Formats: sequence, structure tokens, C-alpha cells
Amino acid sequence: MLDLTVQAKYFDAVEILRNVAFNVQPGEVVSLVGPSGCGKSTLLRVIAGLDRQYDGSAQVLGEPVRLHSRHVGFIFQEPRLLPWLTVAENVGFELGRRGSRHPRVHELLGEVGLADYAGAFPKQLSGGMAQRASIARGLFTQPELLLLDEPFSAVDAFTRMRLQDLLLGIAAHHQTTLLLVTHDIDEAVYLSDRILVLAPRPGRLVGEVRNRQPRPRDRRSADLSLLKGQVLSLLNGDGDHFDPLDVSEEQPPPSGLTPINPDTFQYAL
Amino acid sequence: MKEGVAVAVAAAAASASAAARPGGAWQSGVTRRLQGALVPALLVMIWEAVVRLGFISPNLMPPPSEIVRTFRDLVADGTLLAHIGVSGLRVLTGFVIGATLAVIVGAAIGLNKRLEALFDPTFQALRAIPSLAWVPLLLLWLGIDEGPKLTLISIGAFFPVYLGLVSGIHNVDRKLVEVGEIYGLGNFALIRRIFMPAALPSLFTGLRNGLSLAWMFVVAAELIAATRGLGYLLTDGRETGRADVVIVSIITLAILGKLSDSVLRTAELRFLAWRDVFASR
Repeated sequence: MLDLTVQAKYFDAVEILRNVAFNVQPGEVVSLVGPSGCGKSTLLRVIAGLDRQYDGSAQVLGEPVRLHSRHVGFIFQEPRLLPWLTVAENVGFELGRRGSRHPRVHELLGEVGLADYAGAFPKQLSGGMAQRASIARGLFTQPELLLLDEPFSAVDAFTRMRLQDLLLGIAAHHQTTLLLVTHDIDEAVYLSDRILVLAPRPGRLVGEVRNRQPRPRDRRSADLSLLKGQVLSLLNGDGDHFDPLDVSEEQPPPSGLTPINPDTFQYAL
Repeated sequence: MKEGVAVAVAAAAASASAAARPGGAWQSGVTRRLQGALVPALLVMIWEAVVRLGFISPNLMPPPSEIVRTFRDLVADGTLLAHIGVSGLRVLTGFVIGATLAVIVGAAIGLNKRLEALFDPTFQALRAIPSLAWVPLLLLWLGIDEGPKLTLISIGAFFPVYLGLVSGIHNVDRKLVEVGEIYGLGNFALIRRIFMPAALPSLFTGLRNGLSLAWMFVVAAELIAATRGLGYLLTDGRETGRADVVIVSIITLAILGKLSDSVLRTAELRFLAWRDVFASR
């Protein structure tokens, strides 16, 4: 389904990615996890064809990726619905003005539970509803590969669980392959067949965790916790030990802010 | 009759407040409107009383009752309607020309960085010229016919529309443009389906400002050289010492400005119903 090799990717002079290569098989659900700055969103943009400034190659179904490939759908972190179009017009955006009347629009809106909101404007939707509409839009082109960039990070925990199940159901129904970027290790473990773990500066693959459990999965199961532990170990980079206070992996503070020096900190108080 | 004046003055007051905040919501609700009419009605009554009691000469400040009479006379012999027709047509023509040019030029400059670098500084400089400073030049170039008047009104309408559209295009959310790119929209489709709708609110603000400036400039143009139109009626009233005619012209201008603005306002509400803004709650 997807073959990706990125030898190097720079943003200005900063090396963002180094030697990241992986593939995704048809029907798989694969997650990319890693701390901020590990380039996982950049990887998605490369695969979507939004970013072409890199050394390497990305192929979907044996063809080099390009912007607006019918094989690839993209769901952003925010719903990014066009506010001047109704929900139905947003879902059928690909077809232009006639899009909203396409039978698949109503089918998809039904699947994501928004059948009654076809004529509503995005401002009338809650965050979770808007994200469901954007899932329907992502699926309208019937992509074989759906890319999701932290799709549920902006919604509350309950909505997130519902949306995760909704996504799995829809992906199974349409036989869509999913590649998602997430910060949420629980989400990655629950959804994925494979979890690819990235480390930052420069972004690189440090390991892979397989989840062979059949679906539907139980979020409380001990196996998932075990897998979660493996992902955390990989993220931490040193076997079994996980130190949640290790801040060395964090991004540097934005320029203009001075990092707090623990020696002088108490005097400043 | 007094109610007629009260309504007219209330409309003038409403128009003044709308001009002060063009983006403001058209206040609805009968109570609120009645409240708004209270102060003007009171002022009209005081005005009438003050003139009747002889504190002010009726030559300088004709009482509302006389203004209503003049208004009726001017309507009855068709003069007022003729002047309204002439001024209205000038505003409409000038506004349409100016706004159309502004939309074309603004779209080109807003969407093309190179054109913007070339032309925007020039437009910004031209904008700094007080519009009335154009009048002598326009008279020299174009004579005293319709030409200079329409040109002046077009200039007045051009800049607000131009600025509104350019800033609207510049403020389009990059993330929405990216959605368009994901769907493989070409340049033209991107403009039509993303940039134009996203810039529409800002364009409407520009159009409404442009229209109110068009009314301002029609008066300026007609004050200077005209034989017909509301601006001429103002001058004529001054020259013949008819303060009542001047006041009738002023009130008529206020009503026309308000009416034409509410046409645009209605269109705005219709086309921008999707906006998620404070005023639409």
C-alpha cells in the first residue's frame, strides 16, 4: 500500500528526519507515535504530497505520491470544514457545487451519525460533530489509504473513544488502510496493528510494536497495558526503565523565553 | 404630521449611528426601536416649542411643522423626486463602476505577490489624497458634465472596496487553503472556492463603506457644479435663504443613505449566514 523512504528532510538548516523508512500493508492500521518535534506530522505531509522538499521516495500503490491522489485521503488535526459550506457541501467538496447531492454524501453522513445535519453550517456543530463531518469528507473520495494527523486530540476523552470506534468501524467497512499520527499512546495501542515509534532531533524510527489482538478490543485489557509499556520503553529509549520526569526529550522553549535554571529559580521566587 | 418628522429624524439618527459603526448589528425588537425613537421625538418637540416661542428666528431654524410642509410641497410638485432620481442614479452608477474596478484590481493584487509589490504602494499613496482635492482637477479634465461627478464618486467607492478585498484575501486561513490543495484545486478553482468566499465578509464591509462614501461624494460633486440633484437642492436652498429646503435635503440624504445601506446589509446577512461571529448570535 505505502512504501516510504526518507533519507533526510531539512527545515531551513534543521534536520527534521533522518533515515525513516517503513511500509504499510493494505488493510493495516498503523500509528506513528513520538514526542513533539520528531517529525511525525511532516511524514504525513510528505505522504499526502503537501511537502516535496526531502530526499527519498514515497510510493502509494506503486506510484509516486502527488497532491490530490485519489488513493489518499487526509484528515487534519482540526476539522477544517469550510465555514461557508453546509455539512453536506463540505463532505462532497471534491465534486464542487453538485457535491452535496451525491448519494454517497448522505450515506457517509449516516455512517458518522450526522444525517440530520446535512444542511447545517459548521458553526452549528460541536467539536466532535465537526470532526465526524471531516472524517466523512476524508472518506468521500473513497481513498485506499487514509492519513490522520492527531485527529482526535482536540475532543474530550469520551468523544475521543466514540470517534475511535467509529473510525475503526468505517475503515473496516470501506476496507480503508489507516495511517495515523498521535500523541496518545492509549489511542495508538487501541487502534493499531502496528505502532511505529519515533525519536526526535532528528526524527528517526526507534522501533515498532505489533498488536495482534483481534478486534473489538477491550480498552481495559492487560495485554494492551503491556503493549503500552513496550511503546513507552521505546519512547524512553532504554529498555524497561521509564522515567516520566526526563525532560531531555522535550522541545526547547520558544525563543524569547529563558529556560528556568533550577539553581536560581528559588531565589527568583 | 409630527409623527412623520419624528420618524424622519429617527431615521437620520439611526443612519448616523450606523455610519459610526458600519459592522454593528441592525438592532431588532420593537421595544428597542421605540426606545431609540424617544430622544429624537423629544428633541423635535423642544425644537418646535423653541421656535414657536420666538427664541430662534424661523428663517434660520424653521420649525418641524414647516419642514413637513416644505417636504410635502416638494414631493407634491415632483421636485424632490426628480432630485432624488438624479442623485440616486449618480451614486448607483459611480458606486457600481468604482466597486467593480476595486473588485477586479483588489483580487489581482491580493492574490498576486508581484502585482502587489508593484501596485499596492501606489494605491496606498493615492488613497491618502483627500477625495475633495480631486475636484478641481476633475473639473479641468472632464468639464462640468456627468463625467467628473461619476469619476469622483467612483474614486470614493473604489478605495474602501479595494482595501476590504485585499485585506480579506490576506487574512484567509492558510489551513483552509491547504484543504483546497489536498483536493487538487488549481489556481483558479482555489480562488473561486476558497479565497473568494473566505474574503467575502471583508469585501462586504468594504462595499458598505464604499457606498456611504459614494453618498458623501455625490453631495460634494453636486455642491460644486450641478443643476440637479440633492446637493444642488442644498446649494439652492442656501442661496435662496430657504433653511427648510436645506433641512429637507439633509433628511432625505440621511434616509437614502440608510435605505441603500440596509439593502447591502440584507444581502450581507443572506450571503454571510454561515459566519460564526458575535453579532450573529
